[in-house]
Amino acid sequence: MNGLHDMGGMQCYGPVVPEENEPVFHADWEKRALAMTVGMGFTGQWNIDISRHARESLPPDFYLTKSYYQIWLAGLQKLMLERGMVTPEEITTGKAEVPGIAVKQVVSAPSMPAALAAGGPVEREANSTSEYAIGDKVRTANLNPLGHTRLPSYARDKTGVIVLVHGFHVFPDTNSRGEGEDPQWLYSVAFDSQELFGPHAESGNMIMVDCWESYLERA
Amino acid sequence: MASEKVHSHDHSHWSDMELKVKTLESLLVEKGYVDPAALDVIVETYEKKIGPRNGAAVVAKAWSDPDYLDRLRDNATEAIAELGFSGRQGEHMQVVENTPAVHNMVVCTLCSCYPWSVLGLPPVWYKSAPYRSRAVSEPRSVLKEFGVDLPDGVRISVWDSTAEMRYLVIPQRPDGTDGWNEEQLADLVTRDSMIGTGLAVSPEEVST
Repeated sequence: MNGLHDMGGMQCYGPVVPEENEPVFHADWEKRALAMTVGMGFTGQWNIDISRHARESLPPDFYLTKSYYQIWLAGLQKLMLERGMVTPEEITTGKAEVPGIAVKQVVSAPSMPAALAAGGPVEREANSTSEYAIGDKVRTANLNPLGHTRLPSYARDKTGVIVLVHGFHVFPDTNSRGEGEDPQWLYSVAFDSQELFGPHAESGNMIMVDCWESYLERA
Repeated sequence: MASEKVHSHDHSHWSDMELKVKTLESLLVEKGYVDPAALDVIVETYEKKIGPRNGAAVVAKAWSDPDYLDRLRDNATEAIAELGFSGRQGEHMQVVENTPAVHNMVVCTLCSCYPWSVLGLPPVWYKSAPYRSRAVSEPRSVLKEFGVDLPDGVRISVWDSTAEMRYLVIPQRPDGTDGWNEEQLADLVTRDSMIGTGLAVSPEEVST
């Protein structure tokens, strides 16, 4: 989806403003918003690609003006509402009107450290050999899908060189639509900064983008 | 606690957010979706246990132990797990090494991907529109805003975290640290130096 989240190369956002001695959280509610988002992920009702798409497809004015954890919270509510896990009234009152739906798991406190330490690896056993090798010249597709994709708009229809072959990874474009993992070879592709941003861009930089095989063709 | 004075977002509705989030949590608990004590463990983990000191230990070992550096290059996920750091948002690690000729810098232009297992949760600026937009198109200018002025001959390599690969920058080891042990070296490794928006601290900066 061509959306505001796809920020690479935009020129309208001003300087980067780091905060001196920044705390991990800026308010107690941020802690609970993080914990609920991570905790609800363990219920197994969606995957990471579905949750990323829930956030990036929020209304653009909301996405641009709200804080990070407000966006997380809105994404979480959207995912739960879509699945009938909660109702809008329940979100307002905080009181359950109907019983919860059955979920795959509820991680208990004693099990949580192990669950966090396990994470969610996305590398799968390869069922093909990789099409490209380090040093191969490739061109990215000019993809503009309506749903989730991880090929940023600034890196579409551009020529680069394979610099790393990472392995055989779950494909977010299908996984985010609930159409299966469709794992593919994943590569780091290096692009010259002026190939991406034109002759007046800073010269001599390389930008590496992780690209699944179906984003690429031989150049 | 909230540090509202130093933070750039509009915080006028923060008490509303406290209420809203408490309301939602009690609903999710009542529905049986989450265990509040398990949520406490998540907060505790990312507030107190996992942070940039993890990554600094990896870098200090990489500087000190050539065999370890080889293992990091070969399979960073496994080499980092040797030190006990693994899991969520660090499932697939890749190290990128700074040299006198190349400076590496990491961004996620599409969202906020960041190597939690070695650096903890990302700072606000890393997730902000200015960094996400400009790190790929004008990294040299962005670095200057962080006080890093690279010589003209140094090439910048920017890694956009578009997949589940998580990148850890190995900054250059500062001069004047011969014979330092890993603990001493780790004190020179800042969070920003492992994102690539900073350099490792020099011994002189530590002693002053």
